[in-house]
Amino acid sequence: MQKDLYIFSSGTIKRKENTIYFEPKEGEKKYFPIENISAIHLFGEVDINTKALNFFAQNNIIIHVYNYYGYYSGSYIPREKNVSGELLVKQVEHYLNKEERMYLAYSFVEGALFHMQRNLREYENTEEFIFKIKQELEKAGTCNDINELMGCEGRARDAYYDAFNVILKGKFLFEKREKRPPKNPINALISFGNSLTYSAVLSEIYKTQLNPTISYLHEPRERRFSLSLDISEIFKPLITDTIIFKLINNNMLKDEDFDQDVNYCYLSESGRKKFIKEFETKMDTTIKHRKLGRNVSYRFLIRLECYKLIKHLLKDEIYKPLKAWW
Amino acid sequence: MELSQELRITGVKINYLYVCERKLWLFDRGVCMEHTSDKVLLGKLIDEFSYPKEEKRRILIDDLICIDILDEEEIREIKYSDSLEEPNRMQILYYLYYLKKLGIYKKGILNYPKQRKREIVELTPEKEREVEDAIKRVEEVIKRETPPPVEKKKYCRKCAYFEFCFVSE
Ligand code: SF4
Repeated sequence: MQKDLYIFSSGTIKRKENTIYFEPKEGEKKYFPIENISAIHLFGEVDINTKALNFFAQNNIIIHVYNYYGYYSGSYIPREKNVSGELLVKQVEHYLNKEERMYLAYSFVEGALFHMQRNLREYENTEEFIFKIKQELEKAGTCNDINELMGCEGRARDAYYDAFNVILKGKFLFEKREKRPPKNPINALISFGNSLTYSAVLSEIYKTQLNPTISYLHEPRERRFSLSLDISEIFKPLITDTIIFKLINNNMLKDEDFDQDVNYCYLSESGRKKFIKEFETKMDTTIKHRKLGRNVSYRFLIRLECYKLIKHLLKDEIYKPLKAWW
Repeated sequence: MELSQELRITGVKINYLYVCERKLWLFDRGVCMEHTSDKVLLGKLIDEFSYPKEEKRRILIDDLICIDILDEEEIREIKYSDSLEEPNRMQILYYLYYLKKLGIYKKGILNYPKQRKREIVELTPEKEREVEDAIKRVEEVIKRETPPPVEKKKYCRKCAYFEFCFVSE
């Protein structure tokens, strides 16, 4: 089975015949057969030459790069082989047509808010937050433009994060969501988890004919792969947040899992490793798909979301966001 | 000899017409699933390793038809599975028809190495009309604005498009 490869240490990646090896600054070389790799995540300071890059391109392997703090900073994406001119035209058409765009943007918000409520329902004393999210979802359905919609989404998210202090046990307290730089452990976890979710979504988009730069909820000019941001909305509560609840409520995190100061808080290498372990477990978890009658992994659910979007764009079947039923 | 415009289609499309019109439409629009399917990969491998000695392999004519093996008297197509015989037969008939238009007359052979089976296919006047009819039908399917709806077939579950076709919500 193909797996994502995470490299934390510093060193060099090289190609040798049909394998790739990583040579750390200190320690032994490690070999990885190319056919077992689906994507590579680089956290350490890694040197890589064009011979290796060409080899990755040939095998359609995407490389995600994270900065010193563990945040997504960019990807090396091999030249697209799966292109469909027709689909690209349709993607753009749906962006330019205001109604079409609003429909898709709303759908992503709907999926996100559905999963936020679903998470909160697992815990006691969250009714007031669920109620607020529900209200925002109703308002979202009547919005006339993207800004209004973004406003509803933002307020729903604030209510959702407010509920974190009810859900989370132990010594971690969550004040307010801060992105750059995160100031407390929960923010650090959210940012890190969302980075991983974003790159996983991008990896799946890349396996389809969708163009990752054309999006509906987020502005295409906002960031390069904004379609990945759109689809991530649906999966962030489902993946990132449930991992955070587990890590914290089961006391799996220690002080040394964070690098902290009064002005910032980031996951340390040990913290990232713990998170990634849970992340990979989650992505490999399967559920029986009620329409397909087959077991599908969380990772594949992301691909299915892409398929549904393609079907919508081709006017085959109207897009409805995933609403976890299990 | 100038070939008419209606012949500007690939053999794969003739094949897909008989497998599933929806698959044909999606494939024509560049929405392909083949690269994600293990079965397709297996087919390619069998194809590569089955007849290592033949020399004239993978002949591409006019960028349209790709013939696995071209011999003095015959052309050969190698197929992984004989479960879809009709599409395979029509694909090779289309090649024979195409070659005939170019003034080349051959017989066709379908090889199923895994099943150790071969079938000889010849272009009769009747078959020729069938091919012409198929070409028209391919054009009609491709012209559609939207993909033909899903029609459940017994081999859908094995199709590379299965998840694509059957996912909803
Ligand atoms: S899954 Fe069935 S309907 Fe869909 S393309 Fe394949 S054969 Fe056609």
